[in-house]
Amino acid sequence: MVERTPILNILTHLILITGLVMLLVPLWIVFVASTHDFRTVNTVPMPLWPGNRMIENYTLAWNQGGFGPKMLNSFIVAVGVTAGKIAIAAISAYSIVYFKYRFRSLFFWLIFVTLMLPLEVRIVPTYAVAANVLRPYQELLDASGLGALLSTLMGIKVSLPEWSMLNSYTGLILPLIATATGTFLYRQFYLTVPDELAEAAKMDGAGPLRFFWDVLLPLSRTNMAALATIMFVYSWNQYLWPLLIITDIANYGTAVMQLQRIVPGPLFGEPPRWHIAMAGTLMVMTPPLLVVIFMQRWFVRGLVQTDK
Amino acid sequence: MTGKRVTFAGTWLAALLIAPQLLLVFTFFYWPAGEALYWSFTLEPPFGGENQWVGWQNFKTVFDDPLYWNSVRISITFALASTALAMGMALLLALFVDRQLPGHKAYRFVYFWPYAVAAPAVGLAFRFIFAPDAGFVSALNQWYPGLWNPARDGIDAVILITLANAWSMIAYNFIFFLAGLQSIPRSLTEAAAMDGSGVLRRMADIQFPLLAPTFFFLVVINLTDSFVNSFGIVDITTAGGPARATDLMVYKIYSDGFKGKDYSLAAAQSLVLMLLVVSLTFIQFRFVERRVHYS
Repeated sequence: MVERTPILNILTHLILITGLVMLLVPLWIVFVASTHDFRTVNTVPMPLWPGNRMIENYTLAWNQGGFGPKMLNSFIVAVGVTAGKIAIAAISAYSIVYFKYRFRSLFFWLIFVTLMLPLEVRIVPTYAVAANVLRPYQELLDASGLGALLSTLMGIKVSLPEWSMLNSYTGLILPLIATATGTFLYRQFYLTVPDELAEAAKMDGAGPLRFFWDVLLPLSRTNMAALATIMFVYSWNQYLWPLLIITDIANYGTAVMQLQRIVPGPLFGEPPRWHIAMAGTLMVMTPPLLVVIFMQRWFVRGLVQTDK
Repeated sequence: MTGKRVTFAGTWLAALLIAPQLLLVFTFFYWPAGEALYWSFTLEPPFGGENQWVGWQNFKTVFDDPLYWNSVRISITFALASTALAMGMALLLALFVDRQLPGHKAYRFVYFWPYAVAAPAVGLAFRFIFAPDAGFVSALNQWYPGLWNPARDGIDAVILITLANAWSMIAYNFIFFLAGLQSIPRSLTEAAAMDGSGVLRRMADIQFPLLAPTFFFLVVINLTDSFVNSFGIVDITTAGGPARATDLMVYKIYSDGFKGKDYSLAAAQSLVLMLLVVSLTFIQFRFVERRVHYS
C-alpha cells in the first residue's frame, strides 16, 4: 500500500514461497517418482530430480491400469453429469422463477434441502435403489392402495419392471445429476435478469420456451461456464459411488476407481512399484487439473457464487 | 421468496420443467433417506420376510459398541485437526497474497491447484510420500529406526490422513478467504494506513475481524467436509487401519454396510451422521442470515 516495508516484503515472499512449496511438493514428488526406475524410487531418500524412465513408466501404467478405456469412461461420466446438472438446474430454476404456482417455494426447498443429504450418509439405501430404480414407485403403488385398485379394475396385477442401474453409465450419471447448488445459482441469476426482457419477449409474441432458449440461456453463458468447471472436477473425482455400483470394472470402471487397484504395498503381495503407481496417479489427476488451470476465472467465480 | 413481476402462464409447462429434478431428488435422496430411517428402527429376520420393528435397539447396539465411540473420537479429532490446519494455512496465505506485492498473481494461480486433485489421488500421493520404507519421510527412520510407520502406528496413521485432508482443503479455503478480503473496502485499510497502523496491525485489527463471516462459514464447511467426504483419502491410505486407528465414521458405515452386510446398523450410523450434517448446516444457515444483516 502506501508505506515502504522492505523487511516485511521479504517476509511476505518467504511465507508465500513456503506455501507454494507445501502445496506443490506433493505434486512434484509424484511426478519425480513417476520418472525413475523401480530401484531408484525405493531408495531412501528418493532423488528430488526427475529421472529418464518417464516414457516407459507411463506406457506401462497406461497399459497395465487399462487407463485408455477408464479415462474414456471417466470422461463420458464427467461430461454427462456436468451437462445433466446444468440442464436440470436451468429448467428447474426457470420453472420456479418464471411461473407462478402454489408449490414453487416448497419445490425449491425440497431441492435445496438435499444439500444436507450427501451421498455418504445414505450410501446403503441409495445403492439399494440403484439396484432396482422403480422399487420406490412400486412400493408407493402398493402402499397407497392404488395398485390394488388398478388390479381390481383391470384384473391384472400392476408390477413395474425391474430396472437395475448397477454396472451402467446411467447408474454412474443419473443419481449424481440432481443439484441444489446449481439450481440455487441459476435461480439467483434469473432473479437478476431485468423484468423488461421477459416483458419485451412477451410483447413480441415469444412463448416461455422461446424466451428461455433464445434469451435466458445465451445470457447465462458465464453461469454455465462457472458451473461446468466445478461440476466437471466434482464428477471426474467421484470415487465412492462408482466403487459401489460398478463391479464390471473392465467395461465401466472409471479412472479414479482404478487408483484403488494400483496401490502397491504389502496388502497386495507385490513389490512396491511406486513408480508405476505414481505415474497412474498423475494421469488420473491431470484432466481436472487442466480444467482448473485453464478455466481458473470461471472456476473461482462458480465456487464463490454457489457458496456450496 | 422474491418472485418475478412478469411471469408466464402455463402450469403444465412449469410442472414439466421441474418434474425431472423432483423425480431425481425423490428417487435418490428422499426415498433412500427415508429408507435409512426405516432400516434403523427395524431388523431383517435371518430367514427372510418382512423387516421387524425393533425400536431403538439398533441405536442401542451402535452406542454400546466401544468401536463406534472409537470411530466418533477419531472422526472428531480428524475433523478438528484438518480444519484448523487447512484454515490456518489458507488464511495466512490469503492475507499475504492480498498485500498484492509483485508476483502475487503467480502465487494465487498455483494455490488453487490442489482443489482439482481427487481425494483418493491425494491419498495415494501422501501414502507414497509418507511411506515408512520409501519416499521421503522414511528418511526419519534411517536416522531413528521405527520413528515413523503409519502402517503400524495408529497415531502416525491419523497424522497421515489429517495432513492429506488438510492439504486437499487448503485451496478451497484460500479462494474464499481471498474473496472475503477483496470485498473489504480499500478505503478502510487505506484510512488505517494513513493513521499510521502498519501492515500486520491492519491485518489483525481490520482485515481479520471483517473476515469473521467468511471464517465461520468455512469452519462449518470444513467440518462437514471432513466428516462426510473423507472416504477417498482413508480408503486409499490406511483402509481404516492399523487396528481401526483411522476408522472414521463414514468408513465404518461403509464397512459395516457393504462388507458386514448389516444394513440396520449401517442405517442407524448413517442417521447419526445425517443429524450431525443437518445441525452443522443449520448453524450455517443461521449464520448466513446474520451475514445478510451485516451488509
